[in-house]
Amino acid sequence: MAQLPLLPQLAISVTEITRYLRQLFESDEVLQDVWVAGEISNLSRPVSGHIYFSMKDESAALRCVIWKSNAMRLRVALQNGLAIEAHGYISLYERDGQYQLYIDALRAAGEGYLYQEFLRLKARLEAEGLFAPERKRPIPSRPRRIGIVTSVTGAALQDMLNTLGRRYPLAEVILAPAAVQGAEAPPELVAALQALNRLEAIDVILIGRGGGSLEDLWAFNDERVVRAVATSRVPVISGVGHETDFTLVDFAADVRAPTPTGAAVLVAPDVADIALELQNAGSRLVSSFQGRLGAYRAALADLAHRLLRTSPAWRIQGDEQRLDALVQRLESGLSHELLLLRARLEGLEQRLVSLSPKAVLQRGYAVVRRPNGEVVRSTAQVGVGQELTIQVVDGKFDARVEKVVPAGQGG
Amino acid sequence: MTEKSKPVDKLSYEQAMAEIEEIILKMEGDQLALEEALALFERGQALAKHCADLLSQAELKVRTLTGRELDALQGKE
Repeated sequence: MAQLPLLPQLAISVTEITRYLRQLFESDEVLQDVWVAGEISNLSRPVSGHIYFSMKDESAALRCVIWKSNAMRLRVALQNGLAIEAHGYISLYERDGQYQLYIDALRAAGEGYLYQEFLRLKARLEAEGLFAPERKRPIPSRPRRIGIVTSVTGAALQDMLNTLGRRYPLAEVILAPAAVQGAEAPPELVAALQALNRLEAIDVILIGRGGGSLEDLWAFNDERVVRAVATSRVPVISGVGHETDFTLVDFAADVRAPTPTGAAVLVAPDVADIALELQNAGSRLVSSFQGRLGAYRAALADLAHRLLRTSPAWRIQGDEQRLDALVQRLESGLSHELLLLRARLEGLEQRLVSLSPKAVLQRGYAVVRRPNGEVVRSTAQVGVGQELTIQVVDGKFDARVEKVVPAGQGG
Repeated sequence: MTEKSKPVDKLSYEQAMAEIEEIILKMEGDQLALEEALALFERGQALAKHCADLLSQAELKVRTLTGRELDALQGKE
């Protein structure tokens, strides 16, 4: 038995030693920001929402915990035996003296390496100018023929077809099927792109696939596929994985959509917009035609009016009117004259009456006339035997001259 | 003017719409004889109806390239 030291060490409490250890962990830079690789075991997902497991390899194990808030954001499906890389900090849970890795990010094993590869490729191809904005072409607004490069078995194809069928059924889709993961994917994707470029008159190409891990999406980072997209004669819209997934094909495409469905939405105008446009065109057609009819009617009315004014009928009407006016003036003038004349006439009549011979005859005078009606005033007008008619007030009688005695000769 | 007398129902949606636009411009602008305006209006109406029919009957057409069409180019690579 070892000798007990002469000066005994003071014993410190469990709490104190534990706290000491915890502080040791928390002051270590490496332990506060570390990626650890291992295999999942003893996975536990209680109702609290937190996740507990151990990461192990051939000779050691490390307890891990993922809080609920981080667990919700996980994109990797956790299961025992899965090889992963986890990021977080190491600390000590004092209550049970267990140190553990508090995980805030997690990826499938090997993805760290893949991601490095991704960055390297991106830098190289970007330096070549493959992703330059000047290379991007505009997408036709009403493409008639849409090419699609994707797997026939994936959900992405159905999503794209449903979206296109709903929004833009006028279009025609040419599907060029290709594997979207695995070693066979890159050559098939390239062949599909080239077939669409050369075989058919396509207005735009959609290329994409559903979500997955970096490894699943890796074919869309393959240099051959990226080059095929960059050199495609037909504009390309990419829709790969989820909104947060960026592959090199996304950078090379003319437009990147966040998902395959997003790509279909981008390429298709809404049939409701098209219907509205048709309706507007119809209305404009009708109103422009009505406008033209109105113009014709007005022109016709104007012509008719002008024609009427120059017609003989019009002129006659005008003359008649002038005639009427003149006649009216005449009449009113004439009647005035007439009145005057009548008055004079009446005056004359009265004078005539007062001068009438009848009044003279009544006084005993007689009117002597020769047979030819000539009134005798003088003895020179008659000779002996001359026949005469003598008119008195109440009649006349015939006589013959017996003797003529001029005045002043006796009698 | 002869290419305009293509039968209405042979035209694609885009072609028909383009012709409707042309007709509207003519109707709004040019000097038109009454008969010509009438004829244009009738054709415009026929075109619009054709477009409406196309829209209501439209179903997305999908054609899949065959393996042969894809392979033929792979071989040339």
